[in-house]
Amino acid sequence: MVRAPSRKLSRRRFLVDTARTASGVALFGLGVGLYARRSESRPATAIRPPGAGVEREFLGACIRCGLCVRDCPYDTLKLALPEEPVATGTPFFEARKIPCEMCEDIPCVKACPTGALDHELTDIDEARMGLAVLIDQETCLNFLGLRCDVCYRVCPLIDKAITLELRPNLRSGKHALFIPVVHSEACTGCGKCEHACVLDQAAIRVLPDRLAKGELGRHYRLGWEEKRKAGGPLVTPDVAHRYNLPAGMEYDYAGEGLRPSENAMPFPDDPLDSLNRKPGGRP
Amino acid sequence: MSPLAPGREAILAKGWWRAHKWLLLRRASQLGILVLFLIGPWFGLWIVKGNLASSLTLEVLPLTDPHVLLQSLLAGHAVASTAVLGAAIVTVFYLLVGGRVYCSWVCPLNPVTDLAAWLRRRLNIKGSARMSRRTRYWVLGLTFVLALLTGTLAWEVINPVSLFHRGLIFGLGFAWAVVLGVFLFDLFVVRQGWCGHVCPVGAFYSLLTVPSLVRVSAAQRERCDDCMDCFAVCPEPQVIRPALKGAEQGIGPVIRSSQCTNCGRCIDVCALDVFRFATRYHAATKPHIRVAQNKEVSS
Repeated sequence: MVRAPSRKLSRRRFLVDTARTASGVALFGLGVGLYARRSESRPATAIRPPGAGVEREFLGACIRCGLCVRDCPYDTLKLALPEEPVATGTPFFEARKIPCEMCEDIPCVKACPTGALDHELTDIDEARMGLAVLIDQETCLNFLGLRCDVCYRVCPLIDKAITLELRPNLRSGKHALFIPVVHSEACTGCGKCEHACVLDQAAIRVLPDRLAKGELGRHYRLGWEEKRKAGGPLVTPDVAHRYNLPAGMEYDYAGEGLRPSENAMPFPDDPLDSLNRKPGGRP
Repeated sequence: MSPLAPGREAILAKGWWRAHKWLLLRRASQLGILVLFLIGPWFGLWIVKGNLASSLTLEVLPLTDPHVLLQSLLAGHAVASTAVLGAAIVTVFYLLVGGRVYCSWVCPLNPVTDLAAWLRRRLNIKGSARMSRRTRYWVLGLTFVLALLTGTLAWEVINPVSLFHRGLIFGLGFAWAVVLGVFLFDLFVVRQGWCGHVCPVGAFYSLLTVPSLVRVSAAQRERCDDCMDCFAVCPEPQVIRPALKGAEQGIGPVIRSSQCTNCGRCIDVCALDVFRFATRYHAATKPHIRVAQNKEVSS
């Protein structure tokens, strides 16, 4: 039996209309989706507030309400504008402009209603917003042999996150270089060092961890650490090195070099003993 | 009636103020909410912090947009309790007053699209691309699918509603271009295009309408003289007909469609006071017959 044409037409129209709407919306969605994916790549200068975690997860958790921005007492945080290269409406800061002052009560994290900023973070020293990297050793004044030290002095975790290490100044031949060294186990990525760097373009910069850190192959084992963990050598023990030294001398490899042995007189009473001594042996 | 200026008879009959009562109240509500958010950053008087995505009032009352929160959940984030509580409060509120009260009384984009609709009438722009009013539910689905697929709040990257509201409070940037785009789309491309056809935020809130108590009722529908002014100003004109013209089919006078935004503009422009706000259970003549009330016409 043939169905009434009007009903057939309406079904046809329904299907076509549905397909029309669906494909239009799908195309629109494709555009939005691709744009959203692109906005996941955040520039290295844009730093997330404390407790933000992995960028992808943060973008799924942050609802762009700006409550962290409101509770930041130093106006460090701001929300990304649509034309900025950070995902629209998400909070970030630029260390060179205004760094994080590392408030002890972490108001930005407390303000976050969704937990996009992890509420487990209660000690600001545990925050990992990024990692400071002394990125240009050619212009850093301390590398040039001057005593700038500004990054070291402003570091809220001075002598933990940034230390100064001495090296001989080979250019002058008689001075020391005071090299600022960042330690990733302490650096929070607050950006005070980058903000304070006296150069026109900062030589030390806070970078996201993914850019700043290398990573050992997972199969790597560091021999000295394994030895310490095991409490003794895990392979055939090293044989004590035997030096062929003048009588009464010993070699200290920790830095002093050749030195008189405390165990033996430097010169035996009988000079013949020295001459007749077998190599390496005691008289 | 005048096709270019619906409501003229109402002004003559009731006076300008009464013919704009609900419109003015709505503008006051929209502006008031915006001002509450703005006196913090402007004058340092912090009554409300945040924006419509999530806010904190007087340091105690959390409010969170349930649509945004749902996207976040689908993106795979275990949301903290404050936001869940805030979303629950908002959901309960709109379940009571009608979901799309958000659209007409709160949303900052509403004055923009209202302006486009007003200009459309004044300039007598008739053409409109054909688009289903159900498109918005597809787009709503899309916002969830995008969250699920990308693991991020993809829709919120371009959502003109949140873009505009956040922009007004935290700095607009180029968000004005998006708002202008919505305005021009409504003015030249599709009549009531954004709010009535595309916007997934409105679509989401329209789903919160089922038990809503506050509804517009065509209580005095027998007075209607078919001037069509209410249809001309209504942002969702398809919702009026069943209530206004359904007496013979035994349809109650209450506008039960979830797409009605409770804006009350039909009440304003009716010179004969056919409409008024009532409860959902309001019935004019035949309370025992409630059939086919939810039948809607899509244009």
